[in-house]
Amino acid sequence: MDFSLLLNAIIAGLLLGGFYAAVTVGISISFGMLDVVNIAHPAFIILGSYIAYIVNANFGVDPIVVSIVALPAFYLLGAGIYQIFYVSFEKRGQDSLRGLAFFFGLLFVTEVVLVLVFGVDYRSVDASYIGASLRLGPLEFPYRMLVPCVTSLIMFAGLQIFLGRTFIGRAVMAVSQDPLALRLMAVDPTRIKRIAFGISIATASLAGACLIIIQPVIPSVGRDYIGRIFAICVLGGLGSLPGTLIAALLLGVIESITSTFYGPSWAPAVSFGILLLTLAVRPSGLLGR
Amino acid sequence: MRTPVFVLIQLVLATLFYLGLRFFGNDYLFFAGYTVLQFIILSTAWNILGGYCGYVNFGSAGFFAIGAYTSVFLYTIGQSPEDIFPASILPVAQAIFPLPVPIIIVIAGIMAGLVGLGTGYLTLRLRGVYFAIATLALAIVLQTLVVNWSFVGGSRGAYVIPPNTVPVIGPYIQYLFILMLLMTIIALTTARLIERSRLGVGFATIRDDELAAEACGVPTLKLKLVATVISGALMGMAGAPFPFYIGYTEPGSVFDLGYAVNTIAMPLIGGTTSWAGPLIGAVLLGTMQQVATVTISSAVGLLIVGLLLVGFVVAAPNGILGLWQGWFGKRSKP
Repeated sequence: MDFSLLLNAIIAGLLLGGFYAAVTVGISISFGMLDVVNIAHPAFIILGSYIAYIVNANFGVDPIVVSIVALPAFYLLGAGIYQIFYVSFEKRGQDSLRGLAFFFGLLFVTEVVLVLVFGVDYRSVDASYIGASLRLGPLEFPYRMLVPCVTSLIMFAGLQIFLGRTFIGRAVMAVSQDPLALRLMAVDPTRIKRIAFGISIATASLAGACLIIIQPVIPSVGRDYIGRIFAICVLGGLGSLPGTLIAALLLGVIESITSTFYGPSWAPAVSFGILLLTLAVRPSGLLGR
Repeated sequence: MRTPVFVLIQLVLATLFYLGLRFFGNDYLFFAGYTVLQFIILSTAWNILGGYCGYVNFGSAGFFAIGAYTSVFLYTIGQSPEDIFPASILPVAQAIFPLPVPIIIVIAGIMAGLVGLGTGYLTLRLRGVYFAIATLALAIVLQTLVVNWSFVGGSRGAYVIPPNTVPVIGPYIQYLFILMLLMTIIALTTARLIERSRLGVGFATIRDDELAAEACGVPTLKLKLVATVISGALMGMAGAPFPFYIGYTEPGSVFDLGYAVNTIAMPLIGGTTSWAGPLIGAVLLGTMQQVATVTISSAVGLLIVGLLLVGFVVAAPNGILGLWQGWFGKRSKP
């Protein structure tokens, strides 16, 4: 086995894994902490990609800048969706079946609307760093991967600090453990969950910009990420951000090695294998409670 | 109504339906009718697990594809048995292949049932949502496998060329249509039988409160596995004639997310508590999509299905049957 090929595959995997962390962190919050199974998350990521694409194609603004500007809009979208979800499903009692179908419908509607508006052509963005690489001896870091990875890690660190240090953040952690106790502390769990869900959707904006820097995007590409996102989330342990990061890097490396040595068409099967293996062997994940 | 009477009524209705379409003498009607029947089977199958047990299966396209690709696989063997089998068993193989479509349907059902059993065994012991996610990922993995499997055409797709006509019935599409009609009767009868048996009561306890059911001694895992296998097998059977219907099978069209959305939307819009719900949903949405495909475009048809799904689960969680009972104050027999 070629050593430098393996080394570069691992580096590419780590860079990819950093990006996967950004894609998954939203689900880690909504599914892991709030117990809202938002399978529509990939659709919002693709929406973020398309917003970055529209602004980039018309005004030449860097996609990451666009996504940061779009964060409040995504937050409001998320808060609105949670409100509908709360009134229609959570308040009426535990009916997970219809809640799941609701998000599945959202996923599908978003995808079909994007298809009707933009067609099924691949869309990509322009930025000065796409195409160039940072070289350190035999190691190669393409900026196309490095920029999303660093952006993702910054966002990830920011969320970790937010959840651990601020009042709202700690309330989010608390609501994931015991909503009733939170209510006894005179905090409205629904409000906290709405904020947290808004944040989880807001991460999709940044993740979407990162996605379209890494690869050209079509509306259906979000589906490839559903398996990946949930595999990472479950492998890391529900609701654990450090676990999510470790699992994301792990999956990135395994996928990268698989596609380097066995061909990229096998990569989608990796995440499913990991998901099934985790569910069968250790359903609580690596760092699960 | 007793089951034999129910079957008899269905047979009469099916015959009338078939003769009615034949009266118009337009093969397009059979092509359109085939699609609607396919959706009736798929959504009835989905409802056995989803509606009766409360476990969501997002992988309908995966189970459907198992059926379709079992068909492609067996057809491809049947085209040139001499290339595949060693000379010693070749005469036997030549006597068996090519298999008639009804036998392929049975084999496809067994294959899809086995996959359902495997997936269910690994994930049904956990919370229901894990099963939902696993089925969603299952479809993607099966697609990966098929894309990498050149024997069934890989990503290029495979041709399955049916004969133009069959004896007695006439055009081949009418033969497939009759098979679909029979399968629809099997699916609806199965669903109705389950509903009225101890099995159905067991399923309902799982849906209403799994923990309490388990505590009362209901073998929940076993029942869930039974539901998954029946549901998966019916979906696989619905997929088996598809390559013969479409002629050219490729992964993108068989694993279309539209199947998953339709099979979930139809029972939820029709109503999940009874066998009639998926039937109503499938007939309405299936017909609507055929009309939309001809007049506007199939993407718009799918968009309407998605919007209806979201609208119904938010505003009318018990579907059309629930609205009906609400308006007329009548409760259908359990």
